[in-house]
Amino acid sequence: MKRLNPYLTGGITPDWIDYLLAYQEAGANGVEIGLPFSDPMLDGTTIQQASDQALRRGATVASILTDLTAARDRIHIPLFAMTYANLVFRGDPFATAPAATDAGRGGHRTLTEGGPEAFCRRLADAGVAGLIVPDVPLDEVDRLEAAAAAAGIDLVLLAAPVTPPDRLAEIGRRSRGFIYAVSVMDTTGERDALATTAAPLAARLKAVTDLPVLLGFGISTPAQAATAARAGDGVVIGAALMRRVLDGASPDDLRAEVAAFRAALDQVDQEVPAAPAHAEISGHRR
Amino acid sequence: MSVPTATGRFGEFGGRYVPESLVPACAALEAAFRDAWADPAFHERLARLRQDYAGRPTALTPAETLSAQLGVTLLLKREDLAHTGSHKINNVLGQALLAQRMGKTRLIAETGAGQHGVATATAAALFGMRATVYMGERDIARQRLNVFRMELLGAEVIPVTSGSRTLKDATNEAMRAWVAAVDEAHFCLGSVGGPHPYPWLVRELQRVIGEEARAQTPVIPDVVVACVGGGSNAAGTFAGFVDTPARLIGVEAAGGAAMTNGRPGVVHGYRSLVLQDADGQVLEAESIAAGLDYPGVGPEHAHLGTTGRAEYRTVTDTEVLDAVRRLARSEGIICALESAHAVAWVLRAAGTPDLPTGSTVLLTLSGRGDKDMATLAGEVA
Ligand SMILES: Cc1ncc(COP(=O)(O)O)c(C=O)c1O
Repeated sequence: MKRLNPYLTGGITPDWIDYLLAYQEAGANGVEIGLPFSDPMLDGTTIQQASDQALRRGATVASILTDLTAARDRIHIPLFAMTYANLVFRGDPFATAPAATDAGRGGHRTLTEGGPEAFCRRLADAGVAGLIVPDVPLDEVDRLEAAAAAAGIDLVLLAAPVTPPDRLAEIGRRSRGFIYAVSVMDTTGERDALATTAAPLAARLKAVTDLPVLLGFGISTPAQAATAARAGDGVVIGAALMRRVLDGASPDDLRAEVAAFRAALDQVDQEVPAAPAHAEISGHRR
Repeated sequence: MSVPTATGRFGEFGGRYVPESLVPACAALEAAFRDAWADPAFHERLARLRQDYAGRPTALTPAETLSAQLGVTLLLKREDLAHTGSHKINNVLGQALLAQRMGKTRLIAETGAGQHGVATATAAALFGMRATVYMGERDIARQRLNVFRMELLGAEVIPVTSGSRTLKDATNEAMRAWVAAVDEAHFCLGSVGGPHPYPWLVRELQRVIGEEARAQTPVIPDVVVACVGGGSNAAGTFAGFVDTPARLIGVEAAGGAAMTNGRPGVVHGYRSLVLQDADGQVLEAESIAAGLDYPGVGPEHAHLGTTGRAEYRTVTDTEVLDAVRRLARSEGIICALESAHAVAWVLRAAGTPDLPTGSTVLLTLSGRGDKDMATLAGEVA
């Protein structure tokens, strides 16, 4: 089945859990929960506004995880937290192996708790299954990867259209849960058409991994989602849904919105056996 | 100062915290820089540009009246005399040469006070490139003169309305724009922050300040002082004296003091000390000097600070305005509000154990105050 992972900014409204449940009822296979950050490097206007709105409401990692914990019995699909490095490495005095700079440390080390180990444990305790951190590329991922594994969290790695073959293979090897194919050389945000870079990236990824490949960034309509899902194994829908929430759409409205994406993907599922054009792509699979 | 590790670290700080979309661009820039820096022809072109275009070497001016008043020997390294009015031109000429070498046709930059934007617009005009400069709305309002200059030079200035509408948010927007234009555009970063190799690359391009000053000073100064926003003029100055016994002092704005009040964090692609709240949200900095209104600081400063090689102090906006006036009236030099932070510390510390009478002080005046006239007209009696 083609996967549908819609995105929701944690804490965007007081009743944000209702949107999450609506996504689930509409047939989402998993939900990406954005843990809002003040300076989201890879997000366009809509997700920035969603993050700002949540932060202005006073949403924090702690409050979002508390809300999720309280709703745990009603959530039956995996949740993936998406956030930025500063929240993950927060307050941690050693980003790498202990550096040879212990002498003369100033008064900066006041936090008692922090680091990716504690962060991943908190996610696991709240029932979160996976983690996506767009500004932690392969080169910086070692410690977070180990921390996630120790906490039983799937660290989902991202790949971009410009990622060279050797890195793509390593991302394929080290990602857990699925691979997030960033389908376009741009930030998140709605687009008129699926980027031309989307399908080739999905094909390259499918040639190097057996993990599901989910395409995200700029997928704005059910038709675009169907096209993307033909190239990969599913889609992440972010800005198109968050714009609706920012505009005041209700959880019921979003249920209908997500259901339309679901229907488009189900359609793709049915056409797969009769789609010889894609044989060449699956031919690359291991 | 030190060469960063293979992953771009100075001690525990630095690194390359960018999306996969930008990793190849950072790697290509690093390779191009290593290649260029080993090429005598590149150094020759850069040296010629510095001399014939930027007006280097800049003077080293003894501040005679202030020295007599304060009881210290104060020497001013005059980056305000460089073309476009600040040290930012040193960095930009080097990066534009690199961009040209990499076949890029466009420069993207962030700017706070506008001096880096003006330098970028200038280099783009000189090299026949397009320039797009991101600038916070608040900074556009207080540094209007520099917006006019950039536009006259042919650059496109894009107002940034998110967050604090200052340098922090302009930097976010510039990095986002780079993701979408990475094929044709070089991100011409203005300070010693950002992902590896920028902190190293920019420090090497600003090293000329410290090296010239070292050659110009008759003695090794007791104290070397410079203002710190991202920290590029300070890093360039310190680079000339780090191997001497001179005390190195960086001066931050009290409202934007990442070295003094920051905690380890990751923002704008690098790990350093960052002003942030208990939840890890980056705080908005607040300074009368737009160029120092930034919640982070270059990773090498974080390293120099935690190892104790350099010291960092803060001064208030009030002290800064007083410093502008004192320097103007005693020496006939109207410096930038940013640079006045370094002056303000000297005024406060002279004659105290922090800066004993009889000391020799080398101070980098990072830029001239023309851009700040509107602010000063309202504030300085
Ligand atoms: C004149 C001047 N000095 C200093 C700065 C601060 O930058 P840095 O700390 O990178 O030298 C700026 C930045 O805009 C500036 O315009």
